[in-house]
Amino acid sequence: METTQQTPIQTKPQHKGKRYRLDKPELLAPAGNLEKLKFAVHYGADAVYIGGQKYGLRSNADNFSFEEMKEGVEFAKKYGAKVFVATNIYAHEEDLDGIAEYLGKLQEAGIAAIITADPVIVETAKTAAPEIEVHLSTQQSTLNWQAVQFWKEEGLPRVVLGRETSLEEIAEIKANVDIEIESFVHGAMCSSYSGRCVLSNHFTDRDSNRGGCCQSCRWKYDLFENPAPEGEWVSEEQQFDDNEGNPLFKPEDNAFTMGSKDLCMLGSIPDLIEVGIDSFKVEGRMKSIHYVATVVNVYRQAIDSYMADPENYVLKPEWMEELNKAANRPLNTGFFYDTPDHEDHIYEPEEKAVPYDFAGLVLDYDEAAGIATIQQRNHFKPGTEIEFFGPDGTFFKQTVGTIWDEEGNELDAARHPMQHVRIKVDQPLRYFDMMRKRNAKK
Amino acid sequence: MGYKPELLATCGTLDELKALAEAGCDAFLLGEEKYGMRLPGEFSPELIAEAVSFARPRDIKIYVCVNNLMDNTKLPDLPGYLQKMGEIGVDGIEFGDPSVLMHARKLLPNMPLHWNAEMTSTNHGTANYWGRRGATRVVLARELNMDEVTAMMPELEVEAQVQVHGMTNIYHSKRSLVHSYMANQGRPVEDDNVGLSRGLYLIEAERRDERFPIYEDSNGTHIMSSGDICILEDLHLLLEAGVQSFKIEGILKSPAYNVAAARAYRKAIDAFVADPQEYAFDEAWLDEIRDLQDPNRELSFGFFYKEQVY
Repeated sequence: METTQQTPIQTKPQHKGKRYRLDKPELLAPAGNLEKLKFAVHYGADAVYIGGQKYGLRSNADNFSFEEMKEGVEFAKKYGAKVFVATNIYAHEEDLDGIAEYLGKLQEAGIAAIITADPVIVETAKTAAPEIEVHLSTQQSTLNWQAVQFWKEEGLPRVVLGRETSLEEIAEIKANVDIEIESFVHGAMCSSYSGRCVLSNHFTDRDSNRGGCCQSCRWKYDLFENPAPEGEWVSEEQQFDDNEGNPLFKPEDNAFTMGSKDLCMLGSIPDLIEVGIDSFKVEGRMKSIHYVATVVNVYRQAIDSYMADPENYVLKPEWMEELNKAANRPLNTGFFYDTPDHEDHIYEPEEKAVPYDFAGLVLDYDEAAGIATIQQRNHFKPGTEIEFFGPDGTFFKQTVGTIWDEEGNELDAARHPMQHVRIKVDQPLRYFDMMRKRNAKK
Repeated sequence: MGYKPELLATCGTLDELKALAEAGCDAFLLGEEKYGMRLPGEFSPELIAEAVSFARPRDIKIYVCVNNLMDNTKLPDLPGYLQKMGEIGVDGIEFGDPSVLMHARKLLPNMPLHWNAEMTSTNHGTANYWGRRGATRVVLARELNMDEVTAMMPELEVEAQVQVHGMTNIYHSKRSLVHSYMANQGRPVEDDNVGLSRGLYLIEAERRDERFPIYEDSNGTHIMSSGDICILEDLHLLLEAGVQSFKIEGILKSPAYNVAAARAYRKAIDAFVADPQEYAFDEAWLDEIRDLQDPNRELSFGFFYKEQVY
């Protein structure tokens, strides 16, 4: 398969002096439901991945019915975008029976690819849904080029690498195997090797590899040691003698946790493109519309800006500011440059709240009057500081003035979810532009 | 019927291996940290060769653990290592990563290959998939329940190995989580002593009576279960289902404890094989294990009888 928007261009060799022609990578976004899909696509995703009713790893998400999938595929098609479905569980016996039928229905719905970890699904797809591409999920923790070669020989056009692979390793994989490589570039990360964690199973009897993950890695733990002479093997019998472990923490310390900071590779777009990653994946099927639109919008602009003129590309500070408006955790660069260390985990007590909220969706804009019709998505009133943003760089701030309802009655606040209201806006807007406000809780 | 299931153990040293052989184990999984994960001790190729010379005349099998998550840096030495295992004459190779399978098929065409991806070996379809690509055995996930295991057996085109005793890994990260935590608190680990022998464990805030061992090695950070599987009481269900290999995981246990476990399972297997009809579990088989069981660790059925949701 070729990515939809290939823009061959000439550029100076930079990474390992190998690549003279850079392909434009695919921007692959999460879509937890049909509405999020539309936003992701409208804000610039080349492809979205969704979950169906079965076989996906987000059993709590608002997953797609086949009807919704069809609608999503139709919508995406208008933008030249594709829809992938995550079928990334590790199946148990009881899951096996329906797989073929399910995959057949995905094919019928026009799904372009499935993202799959379990070989039994890889194999079933070959016969049950031959038109669907099979992408190997990150849950397989594929880290080396010979394993990638194996999956290529199995007929797979794409491998989503384990999040532990560095840029250097990706370069080596690309140099050795002619296959599409997809990497996570933004969002929350398992701190374990994906698929190699059953904390949820042990703590809450929820199967993490079938969508039951309860994020026990982000819980708080105390670290102890058995009292034993250092470096010496002590039998368990001896260990029983002193039943009290030694705490390796002080009362004022933060608790131990495995929770990782979130991945953000926005600062490294040139490196990602030059190393030849074919698909840039954003994590977050459970995230809000505001999050998905904001993140996709920023990465779209950065990728397009780099591809248009690699020589003079600069990372714009406002892109980072935008991302921070949707982020609720501190960010880092994962394993791309180095193995994460003590600065890459979240030991501090509280995650910060998302600083901005989605407040309204622009439905219409009356150019003559300078008035926008807005579908309310959160409370706002005259005097609220707001921002508008949209694809292609639309961005401005203003204060809410008079608010009218559709009949022209003045409102003291926009209180009703999904109510259509009108306000005067400082600059032109388009359908699908978004209005956000600073979160009152900060 | 000629059903002769295997009793396999991991072990830390050659001495432990001999003691476990004496106690009734007839297969061992050995290896080194570079290629295998979470082994109780390091067995260099020289030690593996010694183990093989000890094992062969006694009709004991030596399998080598090459089930690490391989990155590019591991690849260059891999063929040489596998070749050497072939020359030593080991009885099987345990793998998880496809790169190992590809090399092993080429270099050691007659070598039994055991697919062990731990938590992700969860159905017969996938086991048979690997079987058609050269695997001769599947090591089943410890998160499966008894019904799943027994339902799977007739469908398998490869042998099955089930862990019947000991602790299991429940989390594996490439990150150095103990180092990171201590450094973050301003007291960095200075002697690098955060390995198996340090005796570190975690306690979760709301589960004060459960201790989860944690250690680091060159493969990252490993967190282990707070209890030990012990399915001896219901071993007959697995025996009746025809499971070919029973595993005692010896990591983080004393040799004396592992010997006690081996003796108990050996008695059960022998009794069943001698007369499946008359087989009856004898509570006394458990005595020696219970005597040596860490009072902070529960002996349990693991996930064999647990309802898991998702």
